[in-house]
Amino acid sequence: MSAPTLPAALADATRDDASLRRFLHGLPGVDQVGVEARATALATRSIKKSSKLWAIDTAISMVDLTTLEGADTHGKVRALTAKARRPDPERPDTPQVAAVCVYPDLVATAVDGLKGTGIGVASVATAFPSGRSSRQVKLADVALAVESGATEVDMVIDRGAFLEGRYGEVFEEIQAVKAACGDAHLKVILETGELVTYDNVRRASWLALLAGGDFIKTSTGKVSPAATLPVTHVMLQAVRDWFTTTGELRGVKPAGGIRTTKDAIKYLVAVHEVAGEQWLTPELFRFGASSLLNDLLLQRRTQHDGHYSGPDYVAVD
Amino acid sequence: MPAFEYAPAPESRDLANLKPSYRPFIDGEFVDGGGEPLKTVNPATEEVLAEVSTASAADIDTAVKAARKAFEKTWGPMPGSERAKYLFRIARLIQERSRELAVLETLDNGKPIKESRDSDLPLVAAHFFYHAGWADKLDYAGYGPDPKPLGVAGQIIPWNFPLLMLAWKIAPALATGNTVVLKPAETTPLTALVFGEICQQAGLPPGVVNILPGAGDVGARLVEHPGIDKIAFTGSTEVGKLIQRQVAGTPKRLTLELGGKAANVVFDDAPLDQAVEGIVNGIFFNQGHVCCAGSRLLAQESVAEELLDKLRHRISTLRLGDPLDKNTDVGAINSAEQLTRIRELADSGEAEGAQRWTSPCPVPDRGFFFAPTVFSGVHQSMRIAREEIFGPVLSVLTFRTPDEAVAKANNTPYGLSAGIWSEKGSRILWTANRLRAGVVWANTFNRFDPAAPFGGYQESGFGREGGRTGLEGYLSV
Repeated sequence: MSAPTLPAALADATRDDASLRRFLHGLPGVDQVGVEARATALATRSIKKSSKLWAIDTAISMVDLTTLEGADTHGKVRALTAKARRPDPERPDTPQVAAVCVYPDLVATAVDGLKGTGIGVASVATAFPSGRSSRQVKLADVALAVESGATEVDMVIDRGAFLEGRYGEVFEEIQAVKAACGDAHLKVILETGELVTYDNVRRASWLALLAGGDFIKTSTGKVSPAATLPVTHVMLQAVRDWFTTTGELRGVKPAGGIRTTKDAIKYLVAVHEVAGEQWLTPELFRFGASSLLNDLLLQRRTQHDGHYSGPDYVAVD
Repeated sequence: MPAFEYAPAPESRDLANLKPSYRPFIDGEFVDGGGEPLKTVNPATEEVLAEVSTASAADIDTAVKAARKAFEKTWGPMPGSERAKYLFRIARLIQERSRELAVLETLDNGKPIKESRDSDLPLVAAHFFYHAGWADKLDYAGYGPDPKPLGVAGQIIPWNFPLLMLAWKIAPALATGNTVVLKPAETTPLTALVFGEICQQAGLPPGVVNILPGAGDVGARLVEHPGIDKIAFTGSTEVGKLIQRQVAGTPKRLTLELGGKAANVVFDDAPLDQAVEGIVNGIFFNQGHVCCAGSRLLAQESVAEELLDKLRHRISTLRLGDPLDKNTDVGAINSAEQLTRIRELADSGEAEGAQRWTSPCPVPDRGFFFAPTVFSGVHQSMRIAREEIFGPVLSVLTFRTPDEAVAKANNTPYGLSAGIWSEKGSRILWTANRLRAGVVWANTFNRFDPAAPFGGYQESGFGREGGRTGLEGYLSV
């Protein structure tokens, strides 16, 4: 059932429903007060000058530029891809974003718009955002995205099944989606705002990692609270522990509600100090965001020019 | 890809309003002391910060007489509600000047600015606010309808939390109607003397608070002075014992808050990542210069290895260096003497066969620094498991059962604090009931609140500070 690289103890964890439950409930608990205090304390790191500029450029290169609205059009997606290619036209040294993230039916447009850039096309699939449909429909959704050229698939887990304790079902579904992804990278959205407790976040993270998710992602952006620092801490701990146990590197993607450079830098500090320096790359850390990029661009200009230029100096796509 | 190097973010030292010289505060005025002046040093750079005039025997006499007069004429007879106003005023002034005080504290003590700014100063103000609230409610504190103050309190405080220990001593003494003569530590007198300015600003009647900088000899003379009704001491067990001998047979009251060798007990069902944070906070907070520091980690054998791996990873991220930098986690050791003592004890650990691990963090060339260090394979019979190191050195021991954990945790001459890490409430309560320690933290460490009494068992001293219980030490009950 599980990948052959897993150490015996982990492979055994996924043998059947009962062992999966035992494993997930045997993970160390998360103390709410403690993790929140740590997240708050770490957020006070003071970043200035050259470090700040480096952090801004790194954050830009980690952005999954996203539009996930019912009102999305081909025109909107084309505008977004143009922005992804050249985030700040007046400053060609600005890094490109990591990927553009759209609904499956718009993937082809995004692929077209990003041809030859190396920028990824991510697509939310599996009956995003609720995940409430049949397995068949979810896999068809994934197939549409992959066939249209998506290089990354962002799936949602079945939160209902998770909260009912049907871990085996969630596990199998992630595995099935992973298989349907082919070469595309799989990001597993836990929708932590609906899982509520940090213990659940840790269990869902491990479940997704066991099932082969390349990334664990906090949220769809449709549920409040979306990404928070403490939740991201717990997920960073999970990928760090996964690496310690298996030697494999998996990524983390907070999504939703990260709007300012200041916030983004707080996340980078957490990546650096909770997981480790090697996660400070778009291969292993992403921001799911739409408005964050503009603030990063404005702050980048501020750092270079020595003054703030105002929102009209960046594109509002 | 370049490493994520945080740029230096130093707090401005100009905020400290550092003056070239400081003088004792006696009877509401700053006066020249008759003692040998001392130089106070910035432990992070070894540069002299200021010259401090110290108190002579005659100065102590003058201060005690002033305190006696203030006790009899103004402060003692004053209604509690009036005393409260002064305390509230002091608390607010501390808040207003907190940035200045935090920077000065960091310069003089070597502790990171983020700790003096975010931990020490807010707690200092909180202690005055809390005790201001008690000043007019002493009739309802449970010590009879009209509890009386003791008189003049002689107070001696250590160098690890100069201003916080001042607050722990002065706030309850004043709230209960006593007047005080306080001796700050020889290496960290500056913030206490600025507190004298705050007393002036608050319009506190002269003589209510007197501050006499100086070394151990000033403390000794204060202890034996016949005009003193009560001695409150925080510091080493060794000095505490001397004081207790001196005070024995006199009518003086005594409270002692002395050393510790706290056990931080981590059960196998603990929230491990938060336990790691708690262990780090327990021993590396304030460079381990904390009498209640969790200097002995007791880890259940089934998780010990995993816990140690996580711990080493976490400790490697601690940033050691310039205490005025807002990104610094671990600052400077307060004095050369203390650094020598830490080195000597750490070497003894190695000599006795424990495995030493030191954080790979860079250490500045100048100043008194000691990189965070963890000893594993420590046994109860080793010096590093028994003696207080008072530095950033953690000793790791293991246990197999809850009974063994309790037995090992209690197997120390000290008993100031302890920590328990477990997700199981019943196990926490079972363990807490059996630990002989004044404070037991569960799933956290080094949390302080003015309403929570603090104090020790055995060689950690007696008497409590803080809370309703803390008032007892300053009341005739």
